[in-house]
Amino acid sequence: MNCKTPSKLEKILAAGHFAVTSECGPPRGSDISHIEHKANLIKNHVDAINITDNQTSVTRLCSLAACIKLKLMGLEPVLQMVTRDRNRLAIQSDILGAASFDIFNLLCLSGDHQSFGDCAQGQNVHDLDSMQLIQTARHMRDEGKFLGGADIERPPKMFVGAAANPFADPFEIRVPRLAKKIAAGVEFIQTQCIYNLDKFELWMKMARDRGLHEKVYIIAGLTPLKSAGMAKYMKNRVPGMDVPDEVVKRMSDTPKEKQSDEGIKICIESIQRLKEVEGVKGFHIMAIEWEEKVPEIVESAGLYPRPVID
Amino acid sequence: MIVADKKPIEEIIEDLKNYSKILILGCNECVTVCEAGGKKEVGILASALRMYFLNKGKEIKIDEITLERQCDHEYLEEIRDSVDKYEAVLSLACGVGVQFVAEKYQSIPVHPGVNTCFLGVTEKRGLWTERCQACGKCMLSKTAGICPVSRCAKRLLNGPCGGSTKGKCEISKELDCAWQLIVDRLKMLGKMDDFENIIPLKDWSTDRAGGPRKVAREDVQL
Amino acid sequence: MRLNYPTNIKIIRVPCTGKVDIIHILRAFEKGADGVYAVGCMEGECHYNSGNLRARKRIEQAQKILDAIGVGGERVQMRNLSSAEGPRFAQYAVEMDELIRKLGPNPIKVAAKDKAA
Repeated sequence: MNCKTPSKLEKILAAGHFAVTSECGPPRGSDISHIEHKANLIKNHVDAINITDNQTSVTRLCSLAACIKLKLMGLEPVLQMVTRDRNRLAIQSDILGAASFDIFNLLCLSGDHQSFGDCAQGQNVHDLDSMQLIQTARHMRDEGKFLGGADIERPPKMFVGAAANPFADPFEIRVPRLAKKIAAGVEFIQTQCIYNLDKFELWMKMARDRGLHEKVYIIAGLTPLKSAGMAKYMKNRVPGMDVPDEVVKRMSDTPKEKQSDEGIKICIESIQRLKEVEGVKGFHIMAIEWEEKVPEIVESAGLYPRPVID
Repeated sequence: MIVADKKPIEEIIEDLKNYSKILILGCNECVTVCEAGGKKEVGILASALRMYFLNKGKEIKIDEITLERQCDHEYLEEIRDSVDKYEAVLSLACGVGVQFVAEKYQSIPVHPGVNTCFLGVTEKRGLWTERCQACGKCMLSKTAGICPVSRCAKRLLNGPCGGSTKGKCEISKELDCAWQLIVDRLKMLGKMDDFENIIPLKDWSTDRAGGPRKVAREDVQL
Repeated sequence: MRLNYPTNIKIIRVPCTGKVDIIHILRAFEKGADGVYAVGCMEGECHYNSGNLRARKRIEQAQKILDAIGVGGERVQMRNLSSAEGPRFAQYAVEMDELIRKLGPNPIKVAAKDKAA
């Protein structure tokens, strides 16, 4: 695969390295130093940093502003964009805004429903869905045109990504849906947090059977568990999350003060195992409000130092 | 049909407390079927309001009329001669009926007696669920006869999202995932290949987004 | 059995309590009744399957409305018995009479009288 954008993430993947990405949630306020602090904790250990977009529908500092901050720090942001809060006018406008700061990675999402967040009485937009957002970003980049047909002066050069959840239902359409996103133009995939490795490997096999692993870079998503309580919460309360009983048990059987270490250990073991899975091209480590642990995970998983790309 | 739900009587009392001659106007169509604004509900509400105001020491005249429809001129004309007797009309029709009464009888205040909810079906007595959002450009032929615009909480045209769990929507375990229903039915029809056709960006100009809509049919206009 | 029960209770016979609608109950209060109770067959033994269950729902609805308009939902009650339970019929009547005496007269009747006076 040749590089179509100046994205560092794309270059690393194209060069055949395992990519390592992580993510930061913006603050519930206007103090951007939060992002700066989190980014500084992980910047030497990851290739790119996702900035979440009002995740779980809770109002936060906007993803674009936080991405610009990373860019100004000389880092590589991945702009997450949900279709929940913007119509096609705002979407195109925000993509141009990001492009004007040479933000080269876009992750296309539909977004959690607003009923989970702090604006449960608000409207949602969903003018487009994530599939159509992928199409829109590719159209703007490849055709150099707006959806309305007019030419874009200096089109955005976005490396276009999306999420995939191998664990949501119905399972049988999870690979077809990946194929659909590829057909829409997606270039990299960051998956939902993987705890059920068997099921993930089955999903990957089904993707390989259709040759999809050669058409898109699949980056495996991981979230280290901080405690047995978190494992149970993820298992029971987070829609589309699959935490097997043995993982919950392993965390619960560990003394409380050692549980966070155990969570990190599980995460590292998972990466080791997933490195051997054909088609896995990188790791997306979502250490939720636990960014300081990312370097340890990356180093212990044998993913350090990060490749230098000019 | 148009599905409506009863308004709390306290809210209706608040709206009507300053009138002494009120017409409660029911509708024989949708709101009768969903047991919110038919003849029966008109009778109950009228009786309850009479007692409430009497108990407050207030003499109030409340009459009851239920029309065949409130969304057609010919039926709404039936009250033309009598409507002037009242200081206000409480319409138990859907929002359409309330507005048509207001348009037709401009000098009389009209209040809504129900909350108009959605276009839906009677799943069983006492349970009505949404099926259509009147987007103006039906795409049910592409989605196995199940509408993602009205039945997916995110209106995803290319779902399901990552929140679909055991056939239910991420926002409620009570709510079916529309895309699970679509997939199940595509399978039943032997049309799973259709699932991989990307549904393109929708033209929402025929939806609410395009402003108030009209259907003008010259072929049937006189 | 010649059982006695309070004479102030007026019996309105219906083929099934399922025939009783909310409007009948409300009208009774409008016309001055101090209380209304429906006596149906035992639950699960309705000849029409669910008439007495519908009646219970409607009684509950009527209670809500009467509470909202200041008449008091307690004045409406649902009771069940089998046709062979004469003593229980009389007992329900006594209980209802006591309940209504405790609650006092229907305020609507009082308000209407005040108005007329």
